Amino acid sequence: MGKIKSLEELKQLREQYKSKVDIREKGDQMEKMILVRVAMATCGIASGARDVMDAFIDEVANRKLDNVVVSQTGCMGYCYAEPTVEVTIPGKEPVVFGEVNKDRVKEIVDKYIIHGELLDGIIPVTHKTVDD
Amino acid sequence: MSRYKMHVLVCGGTGCVSSNSIQIVENLKKYLKENGIEDEVQVLKTGCFGFCEKGPIVKILPDNTFYVQVKPEDAEIIVKEHLIKGRKVERLLYKEPNTQTAIDDSKHMDFYKKQMRVALRNCGFIDPDNIEEYIARDGYQALGKALTEMTPEQVIEEVKKSGLRGRGGGGFPTGLKWEFAYKNKSDQKYVVCNADEGDPGAFMDRSILEGDPHSIVEAMAICGYAIGANKGLVYIRAEYPLAVKRLKKAIEDAREYGLLGKNILDTGFDFDIEIKYGAGAFVCGEETALIHSMEGERGEPTTKPPFPAESGYWGKPTNVNNVETFANIPVILLKGADWFSSIGTEKSKGTKVFALAGKINNVGLIEVPMGTTLREVIFDIGGGIKGGKKFKAVQTGGPSGGCLTEKDLDTPIDFDNLVAKGSMMGSGGMIVMDEDDCMPSVAKFYLEFTEDESCGKCTPCRIGTKRLSELLDKITKGQGTMEDLEMLKTLSETIKDTALCGLGQTAPNPVLSTIDTFWDEYVAHVKEHRCPAGQCSALLQYFILEEKCIGCTACSRVCPVGAISGKVKSTHVIDQDKCIKCGACYEKCKFSAIIKK
Ligand SMILES: Cc1cc2nc3c(=O)[nH]c(=O)nc-3n(C[C@H](O)[C@H](O)[C@H](O)COP(=O)(O)O)c2cc1C
Ligand code: SF4
Ligand code: SF4
Ligand code: SF4
Ligand code: FES
Repeated sequence: MGKIKSLEELKQLREQYKSKVDIREKGDQMEKMILVRVAMATCGIASGARDVMDAFIDEVANRKLDNVVVSQTGCMGYCYAEPTVEVTIPGKEPVVFGEVNKDRVKEIVDKYIIHGELLDGIIPVTHKTVDD
Repeated sequence: MSRYKMHVLVCGGTGCVSSNSIQIVENLKKYLKENGIEDEVQVLKTGCFGFCEKGPIVKILPDNTFYVQVKPEDAEIIVKEHLIKGRKVERLLYKEPNTQTAIDDSKHMDFYKKQMRVALRNCGFIDPDNIEEYIARDGYQALGKALTEMTPEQVIEEVKKSGLRGRGGGGFPTGLKWEFAYKNKSDQKYVVCNADEGDPGAFMDRSILEGDPHSIVEAMAICGYAIGANKGLVYIRAEYPLAVKRLKKAIEDAREYGLLGKNILDTGFDFDIEIKYGAGAFVCGEETALIHSMEGERGEPTTKPPFPAESGYWGKPTNVNNVETFANIPVILLKGADWFSSIGTEKSKGTKVFALAGKINNVGLIEVPMGTTLREVIFDIGGGIKGGKKFKAVQTGGPSGGCLTEKDLDTPIDFDNLVAKGSMMGSGGMIVMDEDDCMPSVAKFYLEFTEDESCGKCTPCRIGTKRLSELLDKITKGQGTMEDLEMLKTLSETIKDTALCGLGQTAPNPVLSTIDTFWDEYVAHVKEHRCPAGQCSALLQYFILEEKCIGCTACSRVCPVGAISGKVKSTHVIDQDKCIKCGACYEKCKFSAIIKK
């Protein structure tokens, strides 16, 4: 590392390093965050939950959505509709999407997360998840 | 470049390291690799979370999972269950002490809810050995701003306006102190960071240096720019090896990045920092003694004036500030004096870090806005008194402070309120006592400490603290007289008025703050030879309850001095003259027939 020569350069470095602590800063502000939780129990992983989670992370990063946290959770009990994803917008009830694949990820981000529009494939939430 | 989905923060503070947290880091990495997800989960070592008693701490983000008392072998289940399958490991979660419910989100822990982290903002959040993480958290931006956008006068003005007062004990306004040093013209000036941390109950300075050393490096450079100094010294006790190591690394990295050294950020400002080691004498934390010690002289205080701001290190203008004071500086410059002064009470702005200890459920390091009440600290954040016992008093300010009681619980904590109540802020030690703690013994503990730590230079302190601790010793052994109690009071007043430095002047506080409130307790020791709290072993008596004793003889067989007599199947009795109060019979009796009082 060479010496930093100006405040400008220091600011650029800060932007470059931001991603290192990004997940932690979001976690610290969880109550203001839109939370995307991908069910990652055995049934979820078997049906491709890991790819779905990666797709969400990429999508959120590409669009620089700094109010969205992608996290994982245990089985939500909708094994018939895996991979399932639960999205919670602060102040609203959680919404669960079933049979999510990579294309659906874009749609969920575009419509529901960014614009709050509901779309097809929502599973009625009849119970609270264990973590709540 | 791999993008992490989760961060696992493992506490690398002194407390957790001593219970093997470094091995947890190693094991986590090993299992992540075995499961092929080392690119998805980042494992980091951080500074102290403030929850040392329940350490080692492991925190997982973004889901804010807080695991306590984690063992190296738990790494496997954390990886397999939590990190792979998203299922939290129930048995490692923190449980609220009073309800025993497991908390799965650290945001919901009472311990953290009322806290506000300014000085500790990066502790338990970043890897202290990684300057890039500090920079990512706006690190060195305040220095950059000061050097390029502000004059030294403007920096001083901002610090004055913030209302920041010294966190080392005295509570002197920091901006004003900087102004004195700034106004004293000299070819050479110094910035000193006081990391001596002599209060036996306090460890916030250590935690800041271990968890966020760059914040101190940055603040010292800012201070140097403001007062016109290009040399900084950190006086740190040699018993803090981890803090020393992290600070050294921070200084080296800052030099490499051009944030210390010559011509910082191409602004023409030079500043560098050197570390000086202290041997750990309490009095060396006093600023004049500290300066003498750094010069290689005996660590004894001298009278002020002259203040260090006029004539300090090698006779040059020197600004001495405490670690926690410095830790606030970068935030004040970045967020503004108005933001800082909006926190706290009228005359005490910002937050204060306290080291909670004693008979309290959540022992740890906490940071709260000034003006938070003792009740909130002890009962909300601290989770109340251990074992459901009754609160008796809280000692603040360490050896120089005093005890506050039930009637003070709703007092908003700030510099002036604590002094008005006969105690002081000190460095922020807070020791909670319950009904089993004996006040004369507490006073004796502190007086023995100051007696040992007195440098011996002036008579009131050298001889006075010795006499005070002798008197207290007599009293706790049941040999005191009413004249001794009067003597305690007058001697305390005299020492307070005549000692040379703060150590002696404040040494009698533990007596003065307890003798009136707990007068009856002192008198019970003297007149009745009785310790109401049951702590003074010399005054305890063991008795056998006739109605409960079945005459099993177990106690008489265990008594080392043959003080218990009685026939099989008939009531036993203890001969008080022979009994040496070892407690063996008390432990032995299966029928709760033996009591002590
Ligand atoms: C006996 C005695 C011990 C002290 N110990 C410390 C100490 O360990 N750390 C500290 O910062 N200040 C200590 N002080 C206060 C310092 O003299 C000085 O006021 C302080 O470092 C100034 O920094 P501040 O204005 O930022 O608080 C002590 C004072 C006395 C009288
Ligand atoms: S008051 Fe005590 S510590 Fe201070 S100078 Fe006198 S003897 Fe030394
Ligand atoms: S051990 Fe207890 S019950 Fe047995 S003789 Fe002693 S006092 Fe009585
Ligand atoms: S306290 Fe010890 S010395 Fe006294 S009676 Fe019991 S066993 Fe004997
Ligand atoms: S050292 Fe780990 S929580 Fe304090």
